[in-house]
Amino acid sequence: MKIIDKKQLAPAIVKFLVEAPLIAKKAQPGHFIILRYQENGERIPLTIADFDREKGTITLVCQGIGKSTEEINQLPIGASFLDLLGPLGQPYPIKKLGTVVCVAGGLGVAPLYPKAKALHEAGNKVISLIGAQRKEMLIMTEEMAAVSAELQFSTDDGSFGYHGFITDPLRAVLTREKVDEVVAVGPVPMMASAVKVAKEFQVPVVVSLNALMVDGTGMCGGCRVTVGGETKFCCVDGPTFDGADVDFKELMMRQRYYRDQEQEAVHCCKSCKLEEVGK
Amino acid sequence: MRQQMPKQDPQVRRSNFDEVAHGFTAELARAEAERCLNCKKPLCVDGCPVEIEIPKFITLLVAGKPDEALAKIKEKNSLPAICGRVCPQENQCEARCILGRKGEPVAIGSLERYCADWGRTHAAETAPEPAANPKGKVAVVGSGPSGLTAAADLALLGYKVTLFESLHAPGGVLRYGIPEFRLPKAIVDYEVGNLTKLGVDIQTNVLIGKTITIEELFAQGYQAVFIGTGAGLPYFLGIPGENLNGVYSANEFLTRVNLMKAYRFPEYDTPIRIGKRVAVVGAGNVAMDSARTALRLGAETVSIVYRRSREEIPARLEEFENAEEEGVVFHLLTNPIRLSGDENGNVTTMVCQKMTLGEPDASGRKKPVPIPGAEEEFSVDTVVVAVGQGPNPILLQATAGLTLNKRGYIEADPETLMTSIPGVFAGGDIVTGAATVIAAMGAGKRAARAIDEYLSQK
Repeated sequence: MKIIDKKQLAPAIVKFLVEAPLIAKKAQPGHFIILRYQENGERIPLTIADFDREKGTITLVCQGIGKSTEEINQLPIGASFLDLLGPLGQPYPIKKLGTVVCVAGGLGVAPLYPKAKALHEAGNKVISLIGAQRKEMLIMTEEMAAVSAELQFSTDDGSFGYHGFITDPLRAVLTREKVDEVVAVGPVPMMASAVKVAKEFQVPVVVSLNALMVDGTGMCGGCRVTVGGETKFCCVDGPTFDGADVDFKELMMRQRYYRDQEQEAVHCCKSCKLEEVGK
Repeated sequence: MRQQMPKQDPQVRRSNFDEVAHGFTAELARAEAERCLNCKKPLCVDGCPVEIEIPKFITLLVAGKPDEALAKIKEKNSLPAICGRVCPQENQCEARCILGRKGEPVAIGSLERYCADWGRTHAAETAPEPAANPKGKVAVVGSGPSGLTAAADLALLGYKVTLFESLHAPGGVLRYGIPEFRLPKAIVDYEVGNLTKLGVDIQTNVLIGKTITIEELFAQGYQAVFIGTGAGLPYFLGIPGENLNGVYSANEFLTRVNLMKAYRFPEYDTPIRIGKRVAVVGAGNVAMDSARTALRLGAETVSIVYRRSREEIPARLEEFENAEEEGVVFHLLTNPIRLSGDENGNVTTMVCQKMTLGEPDASGRKKPVPIPGAEEEFSVDTVVVAVGQGPNPILLQATAGLTLNKRGYIEADPETLMTSIPGVFAGGDIVTGAATVIAAMGAGKRAARAIDEYLSQK
């Protein structure tokens, strides 16, 4: 559970190389872990962004968006996570399909990368499309380049690559050539748009969902999502699902449920620190 | 006259998480212990799933020897502070007490709790030394009541035991399910600590079936495995609107509060949202725990919505009475049929079908049947679904050759608790379906004995 290496990938986004031999041994693309970094901490689910079975390490990428994730990103090399559980979830089945378009938005590159890598190693032609708000938020571009036959970028502000959402380059690729599967990972609106585009072209589309969860082992049911009209648990039935069937509107609303508390935690935490500074 | 444990006043306790019942004082314990007739053929012992020699420990209490009384209990029960609190004694030992035929039975549970608490506060317990030359290596999967008991008994029988738990803290339902006000977590810590003293190695954050498989456990030199993973998969109602925000499974609601300590947010990072109007669906012990937790989190009105009548309420009488005293409102013969919400997806309304009792069903209870056209609507901000749990499929799916029954639970020999895989035993809720802490402990005990026999014959 020791942090062996750490790298700032973008503002508020940190990559950790973590010693976790048991998890590394079993990890497959699509798996995730649950971690706690301190006694009062939440259980945070993070996708395994890479793994090395021989060295017994896994790679995690964490974006500081709340109190817990911001504090996790402050942990130094040599520190250990308090708890690390995994690998969890169903692996994404890797098959030789032909041409696969891998689409990621923001932090979604981290969960997407092991899938793209495995697809590439299985002999697929991988076309990767990565979008971010702005240039410095683009992450893991070298890793993605190494496993992609083609790599395109987009930024919302036009600071790098295509100016606009990543779904436009997706549409262009799907118009240009025959694609056997689209894999889309990122913020819910981005995945919903990617699914819409893929559906237009009648291409199968797989998504990786990031529902709120507590235990990550099927015990709480907090991560339930509606897929094809049925309730599924993201933690044990997913997190990879057939995107065409996912109720994204419900997922988006469920993700927002604790927003006020999240802000309170950040606010409270910062005021505590201010008090300490005041002393 | 039967002595009653002093309790916190209902109006006070409904807004704190401190333990409700204070436990006997030495005087009360003695007065109650003296009521025991010390029957020659004690029926109470037959009613105890772990066969505690009840009259003997009570006699030791009368003699003013609580330390010896506790030692007598611990010959059979490794978790007395827990059992003294959460066992349904009224259906077990106390139900058989001869005094109960004409009056009130001896308060055996309260006396058991007294002995355990005495031992804990007087640091009077000495654990036997772990065996220097263990008889063998056994893995126990799941650290709930059955796993804790199996691990303790196996350690006492001279085995090197590793106890695997998927959560970050051991105890299973004792940790995540039963609330602080009914079972303080310090007591769970203490009982688990006793296990460590017996030499049991507790490995948290290991999900057997994912992190390590059962096959790998054997390859690592474990000679037998006990599966005590419980019934931890929450059931939902399957009604429209159930995925709205504010609808929790009891498991999630209680786990956030008990395991993650959301009641102390933001000191603890895990949040919970509690509305003014809370409806808990179901009327078992888990439903009572959820309803009483909701009150303590600050809900203005907390209702239990149950499709059968008061007579069929499956919760312990004591828990039902505690809930009622604290102000939980009971809507009986009322069955939720749909939920609706606002534009943010937050639940606002629960529509229920009024029911009446018909002919007895398969469970022997009168079957609730809908009254045509009779619907009732409640305004709700939070709904907690406490209608039971099933078997978690992770380990079961990952273990080839493990035979399950029609309901998805593990098939185990009723005598030996051995499963379809030689050397793999199972007990507790994962075999029987959701039941009680003590029933699971009884299974853990039998499994430990059976594992010892199995390994001795090998």
